[in-house]
Amino acid sequence: MANTISDETIEYVGILAKLKLSDEEKEQAKKDMGRMLDYIDQLNELDTEGVEPMSHVFPVHNVFREDEVTNGDDSAAMLANAPEEKDNSFVVPRTVE
Amino acid sequence: MTELDCTAVELGKKIKAGRVTAPEALEAVLARMDRQEETLHCYVTDDRENARKKAETVQAQIEAGTLSGPLAGVPVAIKDNMNTAGLLTTCASRILNNFVPTFSSEAVKRLEAAGAVIIGKTNMDEFAMGSTTETSYYGVTRNPWHTDHVPGGSSGGSAAAVAAGECYYALGSDTGGSIRQPASFCGVVGMKPTYGTVSRYGLIAYGSSLDQIGPLAQDVTDCAAILEVISTHDPKDSTSVKRDDTDFTSALKADVKGMRIGIPRDYFGEGLDGEVKDSILSAVRQLEEAGAVVEEFDLSLVKYAIPAYYVIACAEASSNLARFEGVKYGYRAEGFDGLHDMYKMTRSEGFGPEVKRRIMLGSFVLSSGYYDAYYLKALRTKALIKQAFDKAFAKYDLIVGPASPTTAPRLGESLADPIQMYLGDIYTVSVNLAGLPGITVPCGVDSKGLPIGMQLIGDCFQEKKLIRTAYTYETLRGAFAGCPGKGKEGGQA
Repeated sequence: MANTISDETIEYVGILAKLKLSDEEKEQAKKDMGRMLDYIDQLNELDTEGVEPMSHVFPVHNVFREDEVTNGDDSAAMLANAPEEKDNSFVVPRTVE
Repeated sequence: MTELDCTAVELGKKIKAGRVTAPEALEAVLARMDRQEETLHCYVTDDRENARKKAETVQAQIEAGTLSGPLAGVPVAIKDNMNTAGLLTTCASRILNNFVPTFSSEAVKRLEAAGAVIIGKTNMDEFAMGSTTETSYYGVTRNPWHTDHVPGGSSGGSAAAVAAGECYYALGSDTGGSIRQPASFCGVVGMKPTYGTVSRYGLIAYGSSLDQIGPLAQDVTDCAAILEVISTHDPKDSTSVKRDDTDFTSALKADVKGMRIGIPRDYFGEGLDGEVKDSILSAVRQLEEAGAVVEEFDLSLVKYAIPAYYVIACAEASSNLARFEGVKYGYRAEGFDGLHDMYKMTRSEGFGPEVKRRIMLGSFVLSSGYYDAYYLKALRTKALIKQAFDKAFAKYDLIVGPASPTTAPRLGESLADPIQMYLGDIYTVSVNLAGLPGITVPCGVDSKGLPIGMQLIGDCFQEKKLIRTAYTYETLRGAFAGCPGKGKEGGQA
């Protein structure tokens, strides 16, 4: 395997992806990601010098619209989906002492 | 054969003519579901009580003359990644196991306005990440043609439901082949329109620059009629395209004289199953005999589409799926220690292995130090792939190839080796990268009794050429055998 994924890298990816991985999952992720990157490295065979990265196939630019409220007050229905709610707000664990 | 064994458009006509009613059509579907769902599991959510009420309402509107249109009263299944107001929408994930949207996706709204009766929500790969519908948190769907085989994915539930008669048509979504490949595996017609043709508003995003909603249907006529209803310019989707050529049913003409068809040699080489190859080439010969001009050519860059696709799709997924953190909706873990631990535990328990794998890869390729080498490299490759298609479409009206290298694999064979599974997307992903329309039409059955699909690919906004050619082929082919178990007691063993 050309790409060896270190423990530090997996640790870092776990932070970026907001995932808590078991030791077993970490080992598997190292293997999977290494293999996938080896495979992706095929792209290096292509000469892309001077080619503009294409994020969108059509030449669309920022699409603006007037900032008008078109929906009604759905807050009760939206909060009904919240794991925890109180006083018309979402409840999260205390973050400021 | 009864009056109710027919396509969606035929059913719509019969309802309008008073030969059958919308509630009768719905009951026929529900009866099949009662016989088959235990085996097939096409649906995650069965919403039959509301469907019954809706069928009554729609029937009254049709009789009163306030509702017309080809799909009025016809029962439809919706892939479970499209929001439906008041109806559980899980994306086949644990993390949305209790999510009841407050609004409907635009495509669903268009169908409802046209008098569609929504039966329920179909199974899929979790967050549309997979090619077999085996990554669903809610269990696998079986292929109605052969229940030891997968229906394909990610819109596997939708494809299987259409094939098994558990709906008259369905909506799916296609990010890298997720409509076309399961349609091919289940012997139905599936179409991915040009990017921007159907609004993505309310579609739970996987890879936003690639995702597109489209129909899975019993034939090309249905496909065109459905697409005509759901296509719209939507200000709520900033990538929605304004088109004035969405009268797709006008292209239902059996005539391919002079249609220039390109056959990419690179789509028929190593890795393609012999029976699939022969079946598609024989379908192409039929088109040629009917007057199409067929020529082989080299598309090039084919093998680079998959690595480019996985970099781009996973990068977008890692960003899109950041919203699932257990605060506003969905699953929340217990026993966490503070806010960040809550996020992490919720996501780790809520997402399945394939979703985690893609989020991690996506986070990695976007991280500082790797962004240029992986993400921008993939976007540059995408530009080259687009150029290769532009070159091809300067010479041809459309390109014909397979939808998948094989027919449907057996259950349990695909997930062990992710890269091998990803390679199965080789004929479909480049279409998403280039934003092109594609349609798959059944063209044969292999020696295992599994259907084979032919894929037609058009230039951007050239759906009508695809519909016309696919319709012509369908006329030449004659009635497709249809799934052996459809409508029978217990489905096919």
